[in-house]
Amino acid sequence: MAEKNAQILTCIRCPRGCQVSVAVDGDGQVLSVSGNLCARGDAYARAEVTNPVRTVTTTVPVKGGGAARVSVKTAREVPKGAVMDVMRALAGVTACAPVEIGDVVVPDIAGTGVDLVATSRA
Amino acid sequence: MTDYDVVVVGGGPAGLAAALSARRSGAGRVLVVERDCELGGILNQCVHNGFGLITFHEELTGPEYAARFEDAAQEAGVEFLLDATVLDVAADRSVTFVSARRGVRCVRAGAVVLAMGCRERPAGALALPGFRPAGVYTAGCAQRLANREGLLVGREVVILGSGDIGLIMARRLTLEGAHVACVAELMPYSSGLKRNVVQCLDDFGIPLLLSHTVTRVDGRRRVEAVEVSRVDEAGVPIPGTGQTYPCDTLLLSVGLLPENELSRSAGVALSPVTRGPIVDDSLMTSVPGVFACGNVLHVHDLVDYVSQEAERAGASAAAFAASGGSSAGMRLSVRAEGGVRYTVPQVIDVSRMPERLEVRLRVDGVYEHRVLVAHLGGRCVARRRRDILVPGEMEQIVLRREDLAGASPSDSLVICLEEA
Repeated sequence: MAEKNAQILTCIRCPRGCQVSVAVDGDGQVLSVSGNLCARGDAYARAEVTNPVRTVTTTVPVKGGGAARVSVKTAREVPKGAVMDVMRALAGVTACAPVEIGDVVVPDIAGTGVDLVATSRA
Repeated sequence: MTDYDVVVVGGGPAGLAAALSARRSGAGRVLVVERDCELGGILNQCVHNGFGLITFHEELTGPEYAARFEDAAQEAGVEFLLDATVLDVAADRSVTFVSARRGVRCVRAGAVVLAMGCRERPAGALALPGFRPAGVYTAGCAQRLANREGLLVGREVVILGSGDIGLIMARRLTLEGAHVACVAELMPYSSGLKRNVVQCLDDFGIPLLLSHTVTRVDGRRRVEAVEVSRVDEAGVPIPGTGQTYPCDTLLLSVGLLPENELSRSAGVALSPVTRGPIVDDSLMTSVPGVFACGNVLHVHDLVDYVSQEAERAGASAAAFAASGGSSAGMRLSVRAEGGVRYTVPQVIDVSRMPERLEVRLRVDGVYEHRVLVAHLGGRCVARRRRDILVPGEMEQIVLRREDLAGASPSDSLVICLEEA
């Protein structure tokens, strides 16, 4: 029988910050999730121990607008391990005004399959 | 004769939501006076996500959240005056402001909403031992430089204080290639949101040193190192526990102070605890027709709560402008006791309060398994079980009008923590 292993996580899906306990077997399979007060906590805990993901937010320089920088984010979450890859892929990227919120600044950033989109206007 | 029904001082998240709500509540002319060249306030530099979960049921970045309110306010017909600094709010609700374009002007308002926000506690307020080298920044200043100007404040960083902006900047600087050696926090708990400790420190292996503070800053021209020492229960550094971190930058995230110079000169009574105006259930200050909301009233950790509060202030201001203010009914004062540091509002007009009134509050330490209780003349009128309460996260308790109906003027409403 595979060995049981419990991980305690702080759920970050909302400001409540539930302490969620996740039991994982030796193969990395989630056996149980407890301590969460809503379904989002269950989903977060399962994903966090199997495939943790993060939204990357930063800014890039913008040409031709009033501001020096325009804020951007990954349109969806990317694997946690790809966060620094996204940042490195942004070196040298410059947006061109006009930029509208939601405009794609870099498609498929760092091979993640996720677009980098603007979160402010310029 | 008034020029505007409602004048809002400040175009950040509180001001925008208040102005929008005032218009939607029937105010004819609503003016927002903003000293910056753009609306949105501090949200413009808060490029991280996590905003709007309560208001929009989705996770937005700061600029996106601001844009939604800005667009809605424009659409609702709110008037804006940018690059204009309010110099004075008088008790007769005349508002004086100055701008390079139009010089000094004074407008008369039916009601005024104070939404000036807060400022960071600066280095000068900390008595840091050492010289005054370059490289010491408040976290919000470093955030502005990084996110708006594209300037990295340093390469090797120590952060003093675990306020949310400091935590956010630990991640931000790490993503931009700097190394954050540690975050030192004087208190035995983080003053920031838990999710920020997880996502901004734990994710990057940045240690959070609780019960620690900076005891020396080395360097004459530029920061060269800081010494971090453990503190005892009274917050006093313990000799011999110092550890030196070579670094070029010290960030400070050691508290936010409501910016109430205008309130003070208007004669608004301030609370020594929140450092913001004392308000009633309609968020009216001690000066009739002058309302307050957002971080100028008390420092919030979630912008969603700022928007909700501002919505109430805006609606109250519109109602005051329309009616000239109703005569005061039975007013109860709210006392914060036993673990509760403060409440907002501090006064409730029982005859006029909404059917359900959310009272926001903060506790003075970390408590587990407690009940938040409201007592009125020895009678319990509201209780809310809480598994955990921390000073860094605002709490609330809901009071119902019907439960307060029998109050007499000599009663006081006490809100406190009790054992579960």
